[in-house]
Amino acid sequence: MASLWRYLLAGLGLAALLVGVLAVVYLTAPQSAQTVGPDVSRTKKTDNGLYVASFVPERGVVLQGELESWLLTLKTKTGASVERAAIAISGGMPQHNHGLPTSPQVTDYLGEGRYRIEGVKFTMSGWWQFRFAISSGAGSDTVLFNVVL
Amino acid sequence: MKRLFCFLALSVAVILGGCGKPDFSDAEKKTIASLALNTLPSLKPDTTNRFADVPAAAALGSTLFFDLGMSRDGTVSCSTCHKIDRQFQDDLPQAVGVGRTNRRTMPLAGVARDPWFFWDGRRDSLWAQALTPLENPLEQAGNRAAYAHYIKARFGERYERIFGPLPDFSGIPLNASPLGNDVERAAWNAMNDAQRDAINRVYANIGKAIAAFERSIEPSQTRFDRFALDLATGAEPKGDAVFTREEILGLKLFIGKANCVTCHNGPRFTDNSFHNTGVPPVAGLPPDRGRVDAVAQVQADQFNCFGAYRDGDASACGELRFMVKDAPQLVRAYKTPSLRAAATRPPYMHAGQFSSLDEVVAHYAKAAPSVEGTSEIHPLELSDRERAALVAFLKTLAE
Repeated sequence: MASLWRYLLAGLGLAALLVGVLAVVYLTAPQSAQTVGPDVSRTKKTDNGLYVASFVPERGVVLQGELESWLLTLKTKTGASVERAAIAISGGMPQHNHGLPTSPQVTDYLGEGRYRIEGVKFTMSGWWQFRFAISSGAGSDTVLFNVVL
Repeated sequence: MKRLFCFLALSVAVILGGCGKPDFSDAEKKTIASLALNTLPSLKPDTTNRFADVPAAAALGSTLFFDLGMSRDGTVSCSTCHKIDRQFQDDLPQAVGVGRTNRRTMPLAGVARDPWFFWDGRRDSLWAQALTPLENPLEQAGNRAAYAHYIKARFGERYERIFGPLPDFSGIPLNASPLGNDVERAAWNAMNDAQRDAINRVYANIGKAIAAFERSIEPSQTRFDRFALDLATGAEPKGDAVFTREEILGLKLFIGKANCVTCHNGPRFTDNSFHNTGVPPVAGLPPDRGRVDAVAQVQADQFNCFGAYRDGDASACGELRFMVKDAPQLVRAYKTPSLRAAATRPPYMHAGQFSSLDEVVAHYAKAAPSVEGTSEIHPLELSDRERAALVAFLKTLAE
């Protein structure tokens, strides 16, 4: 009788262990998935290292479904402001086969290397990309920013 | 030993018990809350229409909306297709006015919140939209000079109380429009600039009055909204706010594996954008390429936000100014419709291609390629039970 209890207990113990392991796997899975997301840094070197670019929402927060303005700030490697740059903007959602829902444009130069970009709109949550082709006296370069909502 | 056994037995019971309950992750709860009607912001003013929130304008707009006199032959009004007792739509695969059109009538709940109008967004304001069927030969089939004469004869006093004096009609032909038949176009071209502008202004005001009325048509609360509110506040759902297991599964699929919420997002279940989802064309209808052909139409519309008949300043024209004008994604792209109350208004899609929600779900699961352009959707593995659950959830948006 006593040995039967022992087997039952051992069996339950093993089952509990299995449940525990499964629970750990289940609970940690979403977190590990998040860590492999795209690089969402708001300041980065351009692809060939000609500029340091930063791309931030003008009002500090990112809204979904509204036309917003963002600021692209361009500095040279030595930290000098980049003025009179020509900037072309494209982008989209790499996981959804579509480009941006609007055509954002540079509408103003605010000084100190800051360019206002109007017409940015996020119509859905997910992974968005903005590509900038930048051309100025310092040369032409490109940079890609990821925005995850 | 006995204590350990009790603990283990209790743990197993708790774990197994948890499986049967409606349980949402924090991320799911956040998404569900974002879909609830209580998160719908109050309606923004429309600065392009300074009569948008003038009650007398809305009252005149309501009269015009239901007035059969607002058509060429006196048989069609806005309400012919936008039926008041049918969610302001007509249950037909394609709308029928004076003739048969090639598109499904859209319902009007929350329409004043749209940035773009029609399935392809060929108009950029509610008042510019309202003018379009009035002159479409397949819808109300009239012309702007005739409408202006009609307004003067039938509603002159009401019009002038709202919009100010009507213009001098001497020398204005009875029928004239830049979009009409040969005779009407010739009559329009024979008018001078001041006369054309005067008629356009009366015509724009007709649209502004109808838009003022349509701003009052808003979505109403549903079982889903009551469920979502209870979930957000942690209250125990009561009465019809209790979801069945099938409805919960459908909701989880909607915001999860089935990816519906990607486009059907926010409290109106729409991203207000245009997508190619591979919906097949209807045999016998004229070629229809969706958004890609609407871009030139909205740019050419003299009542668009950049035109002379807009009130307020051009800062309201962001959508038109930053519109995507040329991109492969526009081919056969159509507006994401709101899913509120959709369950009780088949058929579905821009030309009524699908007669039931089951067919709609089957289409999105299969994700067949588009006849032209590229579909944005990917095939889904959905069991029969999961498809039925999605439909069950959609019905909670109509109860």
